[in-house]
Amino acid sequence: MPNSPLTPGIVPGRLPAEAYDRNFGDLYPPFDRHEAAVAADRCYFCHDAPCVAACPTAIDIPLFIRQIQAGNPEGAAKTILSQNILGGMCARVCPTETLCEEACVREAAEGQPVEIGRLQRYATDALMARGIHPFTRAAPTGRRVAVVGAGPAGLACAHRLALHGHEVTVFDARPKPGGLNEYGIAAYKTAGGFAQAEVEWLLKIGGIRIETGKALGRDLALEDLRRDFDAVFLGIGLAGVNALAAEGEDCAGVRDAVDFIAELRQTADLSRLPIGRDVVVIGGGMTAVDAAVQAKLLGAENVTIVYRRGRAAMGASAYEQEHAAATGVRIITGAAPLRIIGNGAVREVEFAYTEEGPEGLRLTADTFRLKADQVFKAIGQTLAGVPEGLKLAGRKIAVEGPGRTSLPGVWAGGDCAAGGDDLTVTAVAEGRDAAEDIHRKLMAG
Amino acid sequence: MANLATEFVGIRSPNPFWLASAPPTDKEYNVVRAFRAGWGGVVWKTLGAEGPPIVNVNGPRYGVVWGPDRRVLGLNNIELITDRPLEVNLREIKQVKRDWPDRAMVVSLMVPCDEESWKAILKRVEETEADAVELNFGCPHGMSERGMGSAVGQVPEYIEMVTRWCKMHTRMPVLVKLTPNITDIRYPARAAKRGGADAVSLINTISSITSVNLDTMSPEPSIDGKGTHGGYCGPAVKPIALNMVAEIARDPETAGLPISGIGGITTWRDAAEFLALGAGTVQVCTAAMTYGFRIVQEMIAGLSDWMDAKGYSSVAEVTGRAVPNVTDWQYLNLNYVTKARIDQQLCIKCGRCYAACEDTSHQAIWMKPGRVFEVNDAECVACNLCVDVCPVEGCITMERLPAGAVDARTGRVVSGDYANWTTHPNNPMARAAE
Ligand SMILES: Cc1cc2nc3c(=O)[nH]c(=O)nc-3n(C[C@H](O)[C@H](O)[C@H](O)COP(=O)(O)OP(=O)(O)OC[C@H]3O[C@@H](n4cnc5c(N)ncnc54)[C@H](O)[C@@H]3O)c2cc1C
Ligand SMILES: Cc1cc2nc3c(=O)[nH]c(=O)nc-3n(C[C@H](O)[C@H](O)[C@H](O)COP(=O)(O)O)c2cc1C
Ligand code: SF4
Repeated sequence: MPNSPLTPGIVPGRLPAEAYDRNFGDLYPPFDRHEAAVAADRCYFCHDAPCVAACPTAIDIPLFIRQIQAGNPEGAAKTILSQNILGGMCARVCPTETLCEEACVREAAEGQPVEIGRLQRYATDALMARGIHPFTRAAPTGRRVAVVGAGPAGLACAHRLALHGHEVTVFDARPKPGGLNEYGIAAYKTAGGFAQAEVEWLLKIGGIRIETGKALGRDLALEDLRRDFDAVFLGIGLAGVNALAAEGEDCAGVRDAVDFIAELRQTADLSRLPIGRDVVVIGGGMTAVDAAVQAKLLGAENVTIVYRRGRAAMGASAYEQEHAAATGVRIITGAAPLRIIGNGAVREVEFAYTEEGPEGLRLTADTFRLKADQVFKAIGQTLAGVPEGLKLAGRKIAVEGPGRTSLPGVWAGGDCAAGGDDLTVTAVAEGRDAAEDIHRKLMAG
Repeated sequence: MANLATEFVGIRSPNPFWLASAPPTDKEYNVVRAFRAGWGGVVWKTLGAEGPPIVNVNGPRYGVVWGPDRRVLGLNNIELITDRPLEVNLREIKQVKRDWPDRAMVVSLMVPCDEESWKAILKRVEETEADAVELNFGCPHGMSERGMGSAVGQVPEYIEMVTRWCKMHTRMPVLVKLTPNITDIRYPARAAKRGGADAVSLINTISSITSVNLDTMSPEPSIDGKGTHGGYCGPAVKPIALNMVAEIARDPETAGLPISGIGGITTWRDAAEFLALGAGTVQVCTAAMTYGFRIVQEMIAGLSDWMDAKGYSSVAEVTGRAVPNVTDWQYLNLNYVTKARIDQQLCIKCGRCYAACEDTSHQAIWMKPGRVFEVNDAECVACNLCVDVCPVEGCITMERLPAGAVDARTGRVVSGDYANWTTHPNNPMARAAE
């Protein structure tokens, strides 16, 4: 008997083989030429356009859309990539509904923004399909910079530094570069091995060496990097996860959502990836939604997200909540886990409803239980492995201006640095801006 | 329901919508289907003189200008007059007129510029019992190089001469179809009138190259790597056609000469505009070629509903209604002072009005914090560009300053009197006129 969504326990192959391709293929298929022309025609070419201000990397959106209108998608891609070298990935993963497209005047007017994200993908795909790298590296400066972390922040920083002629070495603890582009983002947002293809394309600038399997704190020391390189950029993301602090957390079947997603992203044949029948996801952010949606797409029968506060407080946008609901995920808000019940393996989770009080969130006496054979914890990632001597701001590395840390010659950006949203596009902006600052510093002295 | 029946130089048709002389009217099969769909009349595809039939190119004959959603905005063609034997055309014309006696059947003609040729063809057409002939002095390509079409239409003396021959040799009404490829449409129209034309029809197509293939460096449509100018028509040419119709309608020398309006007519509204500027019937080509014959149903319903709403009971009542309001620049009222007004409720903050006024007009729009756009009356010259570029209908309007108000730009009190350039103190000619 093959497995089905009703098979108890954590098992692979709940769905017929062909369902996996469908479920994990492109969420939004790319525009063809005609669709792009029609979508681009809706842009008003606003003066001092609000969408540009809403883009953390400040892409000249009206200009690139006009270039698409004029039949020059590759020129459009250059406009995009000159501000945001990961414009291809951002076109796929940016929550545009809370960024550029939210600011679009047509969103205000008609509730129907110009589809900026998809147009951006149309342009960047056109350029990358031709294998063109549109930038040329400046003459070598002889300066060497170490970048730690090959996520969006590190890659953007490395590219901009290489562009200016510096020699860059990127170290990453993981076996593959890309950071969460490779290990975190939902599979259906970045189908077809795009993350690695983009890294390869980015490296065509030259002057960047990537060393994977090299962890700061294990294989490398910040002091050594500061000594051996002219500057250091830290883009190490948030490698730790928050603990649930609920009884029974060590039951079998309880797992960090980010680990599950990373495993999913690295599984070539998803029909071999085991998933529970009754899956409970605890948390309310993008990670919770992605874990829940993908659990459902793998064939789990019941998937429930439980978040301790109200809907509006969820990190996942209304749009993402809708996407989860449309996939068949149930969302319960205003409830927090009390204990995980099971004898070795998880069987149930007990929750208490919460109340928003003057002293913050309070558990009420009202409780309920959800059947569960798999539980994903998605209650936030934390900074881990920060080298000593770096000043922190709250739970992140303190930075001033374009990513300057408290240590001379050390910059930081992306999720690990204070300020900005934890988004791919913000990481790119911070990496790029730090690179410009490093460049100015290196050339000045 | 308004009565759309028209009588135009004695030709009756159930509605003013005729198909212009072109592929849609090239044969019985098409014309019968058009009549079934509801067209009031046709001008048969231009016939040439007896002899070996015309030869068309065997590659593409159309070039096109599209909107982003591939809406046809303009079409150009390098087709010639009919390439079917004269005999066949005449037989079909006769048959169709017999089968559809209530529809207008006009036959378009183009033969060499000598009296005998015209005399000969007119005689043949009369035998078909068609309602009228239309002299094609318009086609800008192919035939003009042989001394026909616009080669005649560009020389008023020839127009007059040929028209006179035709009036001499036939009892049928003669319509003269004018080419727009001239500098002042009034001259050919006057010539047609002098020659005795019963009516003019306009416009024929405009000499054009629609695009160039930048890979092969050939103009489109490309025939084996080469292209030639064609005739442009469709929605893009409507403004040009409207002006030409109006010029003829208000020229004292041609005023009252019946006009069949042609050029870019696509909906009932386009047709109504041609009627208002003096046309008695309208002719359609590109719209039918783009969407098929069924579009006439929208035209009939739309015109009829609009006439009902306005209380017009006949097409004749509409014809020429707007002509008295077409004037020369120097008679426009300079005391009509308006200012742009932006409705903040409707404004979507795109800033296009600001960009347009700031970059290319009179720096009369302020961009205030929060993307609030407001008009500075002290600078606004009332050009209306902001209204034109605003994507929201009704968001920016032009408001007239009442008499007695002060124009913040000039500091002058607005007068309620009419005053124009002819009497303006800055006009060097003004005193001479006194
Ligand atoms: C599940 C999930 C889904 C997401 N979905 C979206 C989305 O749809 N859209 C969006 O905009 N954002 C999304 N995000 C957020 C986005 O992925 C991050 O904001 C972004 O990746 C941050 O980039 P970064 O370069 O700062 O860090 P990361 O992408 O985390 O990269 C950090 C890199 O540093 C390496 N590293 C860490 N520690 C060390 C060390 N000690 N030594 C050497 N290397 C180290 C890591 O291996 C990693 O490669 C999502 C995040 C998660 C977790
Ligand atoms: C393919 C084509 C062929 C045409 N052939 C003729 C013709 O033989 N005789 C003629 O008088 N006009 C001819 N015309 C011009 C049309 O009758 C009409 O004047 C012109 O297309 C403008 O009208 P429209 O904008 O509705 O198309 C032709 C137009 C097209 C597109
Ligand atoms: S009417 Fe002309 S001058 Fe006045 S605000 Fe608009 S664009 Fe500027």
